[in-house]
Amino acid sequence: MLIPLFLVIGIWGGPNRVYATIKFFLYTFFGSVFLLIALLYLRYVSGSFAILDFHAVSLTLNEQIWLFLAFLIAFAVKVPMWPVHTWLPDAHVEAPTGGSVILAAITLKIGGYGLLRFALPITPDAAMTLDWLVITLSLIAIVYIGFVALVQSDLKKLIAYSSIAHMGFVTLGIFVIFGIFANSATGSGAVLAVEGAMVQMVSHGFIAAAMFLCVGVLYDRMHTREIAAYGGVINTMPVFAGFSVFFAMANAGLPGTSGFVGEFMVILAAFQANFWYAFLAATTLILGAAYSLWMVKRVVFGEVSNDNVAELKDVNQREFWMLAVLAIIVLAIGLWPAPLIDVLHATVDHLLTQVLQSKL
Amino acid sequence: MMFEVVNMSFAIPELFLLAMACTILLVVAFFKQTGASLAYVLSQLTMVVAAVLVYRAMAGNEGLAFSEMYIKDALSNVLKIAIYLINIAVLMYSTSYLKARDLFKGEYYVLAVFATLGMSVMVSAHHFLTLYLGLELMSLCLYAMVAMHRDSKVATEAAMKYFILGALASGMLLYGMSIIYGVTGNLAISAIATAIQTGELNNTVLSFGLVFLVIGVAFKLGAVPFHMWLPDVYEGAPTAMTLFIATTPKLAAFAMMIRILVEGLGDLQPYWQDMLIMLAVLSVVLGNIVAIAQTNLKRMLAYSTISHVGFILLGIISGTDGGYAGSLFYALTYALMTLAAFGMIMLMSRRGFEAEEIDDYKGLSKRHPWFALMMLIVMFSMAGIPPLVGFYAKLAVIKSIVDVGLVSVAVLVVVMSVIGAFYYLRVIKVMYFDTSDEVTVIDAPTDMRLMVSANAVTVLGLGILPGSLMALCVSVFS
Repeated sequence: MLIPLFLVIGIWGGPNRVYATIKFFLYTFFGSVFLLIALLYLRYVSGSFAILDFHAVSLTLNEQIWLFLAFLIAFAVKVPMWPVHTWLPDAHVEAPTGGSVILAAITLKIGGYGLLRFALPITPDAAMTLDWLVITLSLIAIVYIGFVALVQSDLKKLIAYSSIAHMGFVTLGIFVIFGIFANSATGSGAVLAVEGAMVQMVSHGFIAAAMFLCVGVLYDRMHTREIAAYGGVINTMPVFAGFSVFFAMANAGLPGTSGFVGEFMVILAAFQANFWYAFLAATTLILGAAYSLWMVKRVVFGEVSNDNVAELKDVNQREFWMLAVLAIIVLAIGLWPAPLIDVLHATVDHLLTQVLQSKL
Repeated sequence: MMFEVVNMSFAIPELFLLAMACTILLVVAFFKQTGASLAYVLSQLTMVVAAVLVYRAMAGNEGLAFSEMYIKDALSNVLKIAIYLINIAVLMYSTSYLKARDLFKGEYYVLAVFATLGMSVMVSAHHFLTLYLGLELMSLCLYAMVAMHRDSKVATEAAMKYFILGALASGMLLYGMSIIYGVTGNLAISAIATAIQTGELNNTVLSFGLVFLVIGVAFKLGAVPFHMWLPDVYEGAPTAMTLFIATTPKLAAFAMMIRILVEGLGDLQPYWQDMLIMLAVLSVVLGNIVAIAQTNLKRMLAYSTISHVGFILLGIISGTDGGYAGSLFYALTYALMTLAAFGMIMLMSRRGFEAEEIDDYKGLSKRHPWFALMMLIVMFSMAGIPPLVGFYAKLAVIKSIVDVGLVSVAVLVVVMSVIGAFYYLRVIKVMYFDTSDEVTVIDAPTDMRLMVSANAVTVLGLGILPGSLMALCVSVFS
């Protein structure tokens, strides 16, 4: 993933692309070398590189904590979690539309995947000991980055920051499970939390991709991402306006869209761990709505602000179908998430039993 | 009185090299006009035949010869073949470069073949004297090579520096050898190993000698803090000579390190392990950090060499067969990558223009996309990014030190390799993201273009399929 995206951003990116792409490369590379060390250490302990052997190997708490921190650094950069998120807005702003879509929709999910696949089952006791750390970072991402997104004047930066906030739900969902198990014996809330995190990853993949495509559609026509340069796009691009309002709503977590399902599941589960987790996480419903809708208001609605906007042409066939497919998927997951959740169910159950078995 | 019939068969490649070196010398002296071209063809032929000779004898007997002064084993076979093959590429790269600078003289090839002979002797030496003989034969040829560009002030300065510091290093090495001789009463490496095994020797004196041996080896490899000559020599010498110094002599020095430290003083491992950890960590740290500040590509590669040397030492530190195999793998891939990098510099250079500054590569991807891609592969490989061979080399040595529990060292060197990635990326950035209105033409013959391409593609190919080379390295030490 590293070399292709490095080149995609570096060659086809915006004016400040060199800075952004080198920052992206070095951050990610920095994280991944710790993963390498952790894997080499696990091989040293278990005698093989098979992940299942890693799951089975027994480790002391001290070893687990070091391994967990190595995993956390590697995957937190990918997710990205506050405070190692700073490469993401730069990379997104400079990346071409296609690069942004791949970055937001696919590569960020590696972080969540890695935490579920490596950090939880291999180092369960360390994860339990340090869950407060990840939860704190996630809540900071959700609340603080939500505020940061509010003040952005660049469309792509705004979406990038909202990505970070949404990915905060993923890490929150993954790590509240220990709190839930501490409070209730059944642990049904834990299943809800992890599944919510996974649904959130899938849904964010579609919504963020769609948002970046929307910005791409505008950028192709106007060659600017400044929110201030737009206004009243609905008058000249009604179909596009419809799509962007829909995706902004999904981004804000409107019931009926996929954005709602994941967030709702995580918030619901977080209640079983601690009221304040859920309370802080729920502020995103306000913040998310605020920055998404305010952006839509400034870009789409209102009077036509200048001559450039007046000359805009609506989406063509290619752009229409591209956005329509994503809209259908977002709506489908939002209205009827059961098929997706059923697929996840067996894996999550298995994962949770594994996590509950202490390795000490 | 019985005379032992000396078994010459083990030394056939060296005897052949010696004969050919003398022949080439005569040819050069005899044919005034065409001497250089003839010498070029003959020395290429020599390398090929020597490689074939080693290859054909690979399956045969292994063991010691010439009163235990000489060894033929898997390590010597592999390293000799690698040295000959890499030298073929080195000579090919150098030819057009030398022609364009009026340095295309027969003497260069004579020196190259003699230096190769010296390396062969080093690789096969199993006696301190043979080792020293090979080392000096190689080094003296290299000093002369660096000095060949007589009109160039920088080259002369580089040669002086190289000679003085090299002589100092040889002195250190000899001093260490004499101390070891004083304690063990032997110069043959196997006899020294046996003497140390008895455990009745004075460890203080032994480790005193060991220090000097380690210093001598570190000098030759260019490990910090004995690296000072390396950047100056790399930058000052004509690129063709830099290429020669940077590639195969490192393989020979690797063999020397294995012979002395592992095969001879293996029982002193607890002593030399700590020394090598210091050398390796300092090399990786200093090499990577100082390379960032360089604007000259040759100098940057010199500092990158220092950091690679640190990684090669890491595998030795582990003191396990897996670690030695990892080091060998690293040394071989290092030689291959360096070969390609300097090959690119020479490809880009032409009469009156040295493509030495990193800025000379601005916008290369627009002008010569294929060669920019080749350079990209080499740079990413040196930075240790999968799926290129440099990653597997780093993986192999880091794996070996994690396996002996030196996790903190491993963490330190991988963090340093992240810092190191920056300057390799800068070269790629310059090639791909910067633009330049300069219109340079690559003025290189087809054989060189093909060789550079083949070289970089090998780096990629070995990265995708590292198994066979890795298996070879493992088989050497098992």
